[in-house]
Amino acid sequence: MSLIGEDGKREDGRALDELRPIKIEVGVLHNADGSAYVEWGKNKVLAAVYGPKEMYNKYLQDPTGAVVQVNYNMAAFSVDDRVRPGPSRRSIEISKIIGEALERVIMREDFPRASIDVFIEVLEASAGTRCAGLTAASVAVADAGIPMRDLVASCAAGKADGHIILDLGKGEDNLGQADLPVGYVPGTGEITLLQMDGHMTREEFDSALKLAIGACEEIHDIQKRALKHRYAIHKGGEGQ
Amino acid sequence: MLKEEEAPAAEQRILVIPGEELGDNSYKPGTGTYLKGDRIFATLLGVKNVRSGYINVLPLSGRYMPRPGDSVIGIIKDVGPSSWIVNVNSPYPALMHVNDVPWKVEFGKTSQYLRAGDTILAKIGQVDETMRIQVTLKEPGLRRLDRGHITRITPSKVPRVIGKSGSMVSLIKEYTGCKVFVGQNGIIWMDGDSEGIAYASKCIDMIDRDAQMMGLTDRVRQFLIDKYGSEPRRREPEELDEEEWE
Repeated sequence: MSLIGEDGKREDGRALDELRPIKIEVGVLHNADGSAYVEWGKNKVLAAVYGPKEMYNKYLQDPTGAVVQVNYNMAAFSVDDRVRPGPSRRSIEISKIIGEALERVIMREDFPRASIDVFIEVLEASAGTRCAGLTAASVAVADAGIPMRDLVASCAAGKADGHIILDLGKGEDNLGQADLPVGYVPGTGEITLLQMDGHMTREEFDSALKLAIGACEEIHDIQKRALKHRYAIHKGGEGQ
Repeated sequence: MLKEEEAPAAEQRILVIPGEELGDNSYKPGTGTYLKGDRIFATLLGVKNVRSGYINVLPLSGRYMPRPGDSVIGIIKDVGPSSWIVNVNSPYPALMHVNDVPWKVEFGKTSQYLRAGDTILAKIGQVDETMRIQVTLKEPGLRRLDRGHITRITPSKVPRVIGKSGSMVSLIKEYTGCKVFVGQNGIIWMDGDSEGIAYASKCIDMIDRDAQMMGLTDRVRQFLIDKYGSEPRRREPEELDEEEWE
């Protein structure tokens, strides 16, 4: 089976360096302090933020700043086969890396001994949920009014059929040669998440990373627009 | 009382997001901002505000961070032999020692005065750098609240509920005939007839939802006029006997 057609288009008709359509909605949950919903191709991801609040598990409290606790979870119905509910090896790993990627931008030192809880719920999964999850979580943290240095945007690049491609789809993820999720802070140029699954040469890695960072800039714009849209300032309300 | 933001009506309210550049070092970084190199960036989602050389970001959401001297409404969470734990709607619980209440409380008899679930009008005493908070009832006007209703808003919007030198809250008081106290922590206490309370909390919901909009006071006034007619209702004399608390 070939993932890249002779016309240079992919399975779903995208160019090699093209993102899937991304939609971000802010403040979708009433009872959370901050929330965001992301549709990224066929992925559907909800993120909710609670806190900063008193940290239970008191022995885990950090007197120098807030602890960021992330819980990534895939709904049982999020993929074709049923996902066994509860934490798995994979979801524990993703929770940890997303937490560490967010921690770098949150001004933790403002909230000693507190905790910031982030819940990422994957409703529908089709490759790239950790990137969609981090992108959503970062918007939700901003929506919660938690001080942060910048937003984190996240996107994957990789290799399939010998080509370097952006934002792997399900088939490319399963059958391709490599997957490289990146979390990127556009303001500072920091990389707060970087994983690689599969094999690439150094040159391929460099161009994949460059591609992913470029896409993160684009995603950052979408995040920014979503936040501004949610709190659009209506000038000259009825009274004026 | 907090000042209403003093932006002239003509000045645009600019919405900023975390990481957005706000200006260079001809300004000083105020609240909700940080300095990187010689430029100032936002740390919060909010409205940019420039005042006396400082750039600030007024947040649209977020938890209440206690400051000494703030008047707040708290709810007793736990009772100890010589102190109470008070929930002041912040990420940290506050401690109220028996020395900070106006009664002479014997050791172990704390629950005769305040029990879990009681609501109090209190003042933030000390806050240390690890965010251990003390609250006090030992000032005139501070007391237990035995009646009335409670509603909550985003703490950063408290200045809008109060309005310029109290204009918004006195508008609501005038029309609904309710007593209203706005705690700096975003908990609002109201007392009056049930109709008045219903309309007052409608107004407060409106302010919470549309805080960043212009002309909010006029919209609240219009709402109240629709409900009550153009004449402000006069308050019953017996409702005035307790001292007014600002």
